[in-house]
Amino acid sequence: MKSEEISRRLAELEQKVTLMFKSIDCTKVVGDVLMECPETILSKVTSSGLSGRGGAGFPTGIKWKGAAEAEGGMKYVICNADEGEPGTFKDRQILHVQPDKVISGMIICAHAIGAREGYIYLRGEYNFLLKKLISRCEYWNDYLKKKGFDFTLFVRSGSGAYVCGEETALIESMEGKRGEPRNKPPLPVTSGYKGCPTVINNVETLAYTVMIMSEGPEYFRSIGTKDSMGGKVFSISGDSPRKGVYELPLGMTLHEFVDIFGDGDTKAVQVGGSSGTCVPRKHFADTIIGFEGVPTGGSMIIFNSSRSMYHVLRNYLEFFQEESCGQCTPCRVGCQQLLKGLEAIKTGKRPHSYLDKLRSLAITMSVSSKCSLGQSLVNPFNSITGHFREEVCY
Amino acid sequence: MNNNIFEAIKIHGKNREDLIPVMQYLVAKENWLSPELMKEIADVFGISHAEVYGVASFYSFINIEPCGKYIIRLCKTISCDMSGKIAILERLKKILKIEAGETTHDNLFTLQQTNCLGWCHKGPAMLVNDDVYTELTPDKAEQIIREYADREKQYCII
Repeated sequence: MKSEEISRRLAELEQKVTLMFKSIDCTKVVGDVLMECPETILSKVTSSGLSGRGGAGFPTGIKWKGAAEAEGGMKYVICNADEGEPGTFKDRQILHVQPDKVISGMIICAHAIGAREGYIYLRGEYNFLLKKLISRCEYWNDYLKKKGFDFTLFVRSGSGAYVCGEETALIESMEGKRGEPRNKPPLPVTSGYKGCPTVINNVETLAYTVMIMSEGPEYFRSIGTKDSMGGKVFSISGDSPRKGVYELPLGMTLHEFVDIFGDGDTKAVQVGGSSGTCVPRKHFADTIIGFEGVPTGGSMIIFNSSRSMYHVLRNYLEFFQEESCGQCTPCRVGCQQLLKGLEAIKTGKRPHSYLDKLRSLAITMSVSSKCSLGQSLVNPFNSITGHFREEVCY
Repeated sequence: MNNNIFEAIKIHGKNREDLIPVMQYLVAKENWLSPELMKEIADVFGISHAEVYGVASFYSFINIEPCGKYIIRLCKTISCDMSGKIAILERLKKILKIEAGETTHDNLFTLQQTNCLGWCHKGPAMLVNDDVYTELTPDKAEQIIREYADREKQYCII
């Protein structure tokens, strides 16, 4: 495809959704929302169809309603800015250019559920944003004080642990402990930070709630597809001449995506970061990017035919082996064994048939690990070893 | 009591949820948490030494081994790896005369390889303490480290 044609198609796609980076008067939106009753806000968020943008896709309205109805004097809102998934960097961009939208989303949530404190948990790697975020929080704290609305914002810095992006591990970390995920239930909406009802939302999710309030839930629903409503901010990296952050509608096929973002020689796309699924070229046309197809937190890593998929998978496994919190055996030992086993096959120390044992270990991990770190490793492992078996073995 | 601990708890408090902010403050001041420092933290917070060690050792940004004044964290995850991280690592090792994971003799630089820094579209990327450097080439990386070294005026690389 010619580059003018690609630019035209990209522009067309980008015009379909322009919510996240549109400048709006957050003070006005928040001022208006604070006049509304919590039930109205909850019903707007629910009817917008917004689901969690961190990757898990839990309906935001239901989460908020759960916390609003939960018993407890103190309630909390936490913005999960512990964006650690390899290939994901859209939250950094959103926090950098639209910090007020994210904070406004937290205030709207606080009003809806009756929270009095809010925390932004910012990953340590993004400490360069810390000063800016603290100063924006101070601005909003002053604003809320003048309005007589009892809600205070704080920023907490992470310390370099991927697993703390898991919501219960994040809470443990905020409580001054090792970031080890908790058993669920209870869910954070009933028993979260310090045992109190807590809503934890991704940066992007919170920012979108502001746009739902300002543009209306009907407008949000009208973007995307029936199963994946609204816009999505994508992080695009790898072998692409158009790497970067883009807001696009959900529901396009991977084929359409690769036509625009690929380099003309794309052999596979990792959808949803290292813990997501690797889709090979032959499935591009029938794979939908969205909750009805391959769900994604927005990370798309593109590989062209020069890349060794063995090398890619080994890189992922090293990552997971280091980042596994070590608390549960399936994940701790499983990550190590997958990496060791993969290397053993490659070097001829194990027969090719050993790969089937490793694939079955990945499935065991998916049902027996405590949190989504160990549970989701089956996605990259079995998709890459399934579609690129010859590259992994020879 | 160590003066920095006194300052840290004055700013952050000494409830359990203040433990990590206090550790972060101390790492920023002293580069790392020594066993003696962890013992003092344990006493101040009224928790066991093992509990403090357990928390500190969990987080990769809380150093429990002696570290240089500047910690270079070079991203080794997939997108940075694909865009040429290995050449950057080789150059840094050469000019600092250390392996990854080691600290220079004058305690100025520690070189580490780290997991995804969130700059996948602008790899290779590295952090020097909290400062971010992206789209590195070996020459650019060397230049950056030289500037840090020059600022200290005590360290001459190569």
